[in-house]
Amino acid sequence: MTETAFSGASAGLPTRPAPARFRRPGNGMSLLYLGAAAFFVYSLHGSEISVESLVNGLPNMARLIGEMFPPSIARLQSVGSAMLQTFQMAFAGTVIGVLLSVPLAICAARSLSPHPVLYHISRALIALFRTVPDLVWALFFVVTVGLGPFAGMLTLVVDAIGFCGRFFAEAMEETDKGPQEALTALGARRSGVVFSAVLPAAMPSMINSSLFTLEKATRASVVLGLVGAGGIGIELKVAMDLFQYDQAATIILGVFLLVLVVERLSSMLRQRILRQSV
Amino acid sequence: MTAVTLARATDAKQLPQGEPLPPPILAGGRAAPDAALVELDVTGLCKAYHGGPAVLDGVSLQVPRGQSVALIGSNGAGKSTLLRCCLRLIEPSGGEVTLLGEKVRALDKARLRRLRAEIGFVFQRHNLVGQLSVLSNVIHGAQSRQAGPGAWFHFLASRAAREEAMHCLERVGLAEFALRRADQLSGGQSQRVAIARTLMQRPRMMFADEPVASLDPNAGEEVMNLFAELIREKGLTLVFTSHHINHALRYADRVVALRNGRIELDVATAGVDAAALRGIYD
Ligand SMILES: Nc1ncnc2c1ncn2[C@@H]1O[C@H](COP(=O)(O)OP(=O)(O)OP(=O)(O)O)[C@@H](O)[C@H]1O
Ligand SMILES: [Mg+2]
Repeated sequence: MTETAFSGASAGLPTRPAPARFRRPGNGMSLLYLGAAAFFVYSLHGSEISVESLVNGLPNMARLIGEMFPPSIARLQSVGSAMLQTFQMAFAGTVIGVLLSVPLAICAARSLSPHPVLYHISRALIALFRTVPDLVWALFFVVTVGLGPFAGMLTLVVDAIGFCGRFFAEAMEETDKGPQEALTALGARRSGVVFSAVLPAAMPSMINSSLFTLEKATRASVVLGLVGAGGIGIELKVAMDLFQYDQAATIILGVFLLVLVVERLSSMLRQRILRQSV
Repeated sequence: MTAVTLARATDAKQLPQGEPLPPPILAGGRAAPDAALVELDVTGLCKAYHGGPAVLDGVSLQVPRGQSVALIGSNGAGKSTLLRCCLRLIEPSGGEVTLLGEKVRALDKARLRRLRAEIGFVFQRHNLVGQLSVLSNVIHGAQSRQAGPGAWFHFLASRAAREEAMHCLERVGLAEFALRRADQLSGGQSQRVAIARTLMQRPRMMFADEPVASLDPNAGEEVMNLFAELIREKGLTLVFTSHHINHALRYADRVVALRNGRIELDVATAGVDAAALRGIYD
């Protein structure tokens, strides 16, 4: 008897069969899946998907790319200075946005906020900045402060606050409560707890978010020119509108290089900064 | 066994009023606790978390200056809750706590901060800020007497504060680690830095909640010995919790056992044996 029980455990069938691999979805879920599939088909129709246009477009694409090469170096200097302006917008906007995000995030972190009213206001502000797309902000600032890079920079500040405000607040909320309790126990003020325990613990994550914001801002600043908010975007649009595809190619390559360099530098910096201590 | 424990428990309850406490056994040479100066006076302390069951149910305890008290009891007996209530890290639900002559529950924020500054609190986890240097962590101990950035980071601190912090680090034998990141220390070293941080407070009293529970036996002994030396040197009062009965017997003048939120046993360590203490875990 005991022998059979033992061999059952090692070789034969277990007394309790393994559970089914998949669980049958409930009726509600099945309906939801079906609905999603139907909406996908409807969406293909809505976006006027057409194999014919794609096939007819292929030679056009080849021709366009052909005309882009070799890229023109005729206006290299003005392209260069527009590129510099683009990055200046991105950098200034990110730095200002990150600096403004820190106090806003402290107010928007549940455990640190000085007052519940302040908490809800700062949460709402961050959500507004994040959910309204940057092109809309750019249009808003172009109309209010005029064409040019300042409107672009303001857009990037708002963008940075929408992104960093949220992630800084989350990073602060997730910090280890132990050191904070220890500081409270030794008679530290709230400001002391925030600056000497919460911020240092949240710093690696905040630096990550800030560098990511810089990368995002560099990419965004290229597009902002399209609505007149300064930078390289306007050059690209003009070149495309005048069928100067070789000019456009230079600009696109320049943008590619800029974004690549910024990403590289930021990942290098990340490694360096995260190992330091103060 | 249980009978012995219970018998002790009943005489123990009369200890504070009646018989004088026996002399301390702590490493010899220290003055007997001054019974006239009660530094911690807890009366009828109650605590229930969010309408749950009573975790502390009428705890009364007097600790005279210079005494070293071990709080023992099984998991969930309420030891940590008791220590935290004394500093109002959590709010008591009832009863009185008088700490260094101040009625703790009546204090406003500023005076509570000043009182907390006088008590060094060492936790089971060292609770250092891992991203900062050891020196910055020690300087944090000055935050109660110095508002503002001067006590946030060592590079912003005054020369006097930096020197005092180095003294505290020397005292725990870790001066050469001053600029090391705190998260790169071993458990024992971290706990010693946490003690250095309490020294920076210039404390009059020490609380320690299972200060060696996460350390290996040798590191644990080292930390307990350090406590004992500091207590003797500065004549501090110490209340610590521990699951090590030997530590309770060796490093305390008096053992207080909690069970289900009540004091079950309160005896001088001098006469008591380990077997009797084990009874409270039954
Ligand atoms: N923040 C809290 N919220 C609700 N209940 C809590 C909280 N902290 C502790 N408790 C409960 O209070 C009781 C006493 O906990 P406490 O931590 O004081 O015990 P302890 O004696 O320190 O135990 P241990 O030896 O495990 O550290 C436990 O039942 C615990 O579940
Ligand atoms: Mg505990």
